[in-house]
Amino acid sequence: MAMISIEKVSKTYKGSTRPALDAVSIEIETGDFVFLVGASGSGKSSLLRMMLREDVPSKGSIFVLGENLISIPARRVPYFRRNIGMVFQDFRLLPNKTVAQNVAFCLEVIGKSPSFIAEAVPAVLKLVGLDGKQDRYPNELSGGEQQRVALARAIVNKPQLLLADEPTGNLDPATSQEIVNLLERISAAGTTVVMATHDRGIVDRLKRRVVVLKDGQIVSDSRGVGYETAEAAR
Amino acid sequence: MKLGYIFGEVGQGLKRNISMVVSIVLVTFLSLTFVGTAALLQLQIGQMKNYWYDRAQVAVYLCSSYSPAEACPQGEASADVKTAIEAKLKDSTLAPYVEKYFFLDHNQAYAQFKQEFANNSVTKYVTADQLNETFWVKLKNPADGAIITQSFSGVAGVEEVRDQRTYLDQIFSILNAASLAAVGIASVMLFSAILLISTTIRQSAFSRRRELGIMRLVGASNFYIQLPFVIEGVVAAAIGSILAGGAVLAIVQFFVQGYLAATLPFTNFVGLSTGLVLVPILFAIGVFLAGFASIIAIKRYLRA
Repeated sequence: MAMISIEKVSKTYKGSTRPALDAVSIEIETGDFVFLVGASGSGKSSLLRMMLREDVPSKGSIFVLGENLISIPARRVPYFRRNIGMVFQDFRLLPNKTVAQNVAFCLEVIGKSPSFIAEAVPAVLKLVGLDGKQDRYPNELSGGEQQRVALARAIVNKPQLLLADEPTGNLDPATSQEIVNLLERISAAGTTVVMATHDRGIVDRLKRRVVVLKDGQIVSDSRGVGYETAEAAR
Repeated sequence: MKLGYIFGEVGQGLKRNISMVVSIVLVTFLSLTFVGTAALLQLQIGQMKNYWYDRAQVAVYLCSSYSPAEACPQGEASADVKTAIEAKLKDSTLAPYVEKYFFLDHNQAYAQFKQEFANNSVTKYVTADQLNETFWVKLKNPADGAIITQSFSGVAGVEEVRDQRTYLDQIFSILNAASLAAVGIASVMLFSAILLISTTIRQSAFSRRRELGIMRLVGASNFYIQLPFVIEGVVAAAIGSILAGGAVLAIVQFFVQGYLAATLPFTNFVGLSTGLVLVPILFAIGVFLAGFASIIAIKRYLRA
């Protein structure tokens, strides 16, 4: 079974007549690296929220990591999310905790042992290139460094799936490239990555699978092409 | 599950909302003190009922030469009247209800009167023949007073029949009303305590919304997320409940035993042992209500 299997998913939010997602179907295999592209309001974030089960579709079916996200009981949702990492455009770090504490926090709250945390946190900080900065506070870091902390937090529990919602949206091109390089390394290690973006440069350089969304519908789904080609292919 | 984390969060939450927490403590303290006072009153009423109903009697007052003419047209009750009443009390219709009865003539009534009002100047103006000769009837069941009242009211030579229980019932209904008022006030205050706890918990959750968001994102269990908030509400209410327990004990010790018991020496008042029974009950009420209110509040906050 595919890692993510979405069929005819629609979502209409209250107070809105136009659906945020309109009969979207997509399959993502284990180990894939997928870009979700499209203008603001095209449904990229909504789709990612569905995959994390932050939201439930109005119609359709969605399976992620073998879980039926329509019928999963609320008490199982936290355990389902432990297999998924997620990063955002705005980093979402805790300002009153240091880099190491921010990463450790997400292990503490899922009940990992102190000895596990003591080993895992320095290792993952080294992986994302933040060794030596573990005692800094988020406001002492650059945007790129903050996103590295967020990435470290997302992957420290070795998730099978990494969701990234415009992770480079607040970063300059050079820093963005570093973050994407990190995502590629994470992907190469076997983690499935789904990244929403409208950074053409990145999409064009990487030549990965590109799924184009427009007005809540998938208008193209192509492999090994750039943004323009994918857009033109529809 | 790390206890250190949970208690750290609870401590931080309590510190952050200190004024709200203090108001929770005060409101639970006051409301539970009212609940405790109402309970004390009820226990006191129960104890007094046992004591006084046991002693309550029905008095059949016979006509004296001073009795008003409309009740006693024949004047002083004759010996025949007394024999007739005594016969009626021994009769098979009344005998099953009567435990015992005794008769006080003018002189005995006067002796009892002087004893009851020993320090009162009224004894100087009252003479033996002004006091009614009386049949005191003690019933097997004090609730049956009406039977005696009906049997002897309007009988020639009887001025009046009076059931002492009716006096007691008046007193008890006043005490009952007081305890109902206390319960009424207490329930309004408990209700506001519940609302206050929910508001505080929601505020506390709001001030920790970043942490909560990340905890949900990385898959912390609902129990783990909610527990610090519930403990926060329960701790505040528990402090209030303990204070209320202390207040109830203080009322028993200093007001009831220290003041009332000294002022009214012949009444059997509730003691500390009764107060001690109430303390864990008040604690349980406070903790249960706070836990309930906190769980509802945090669940609703997280769902929204």
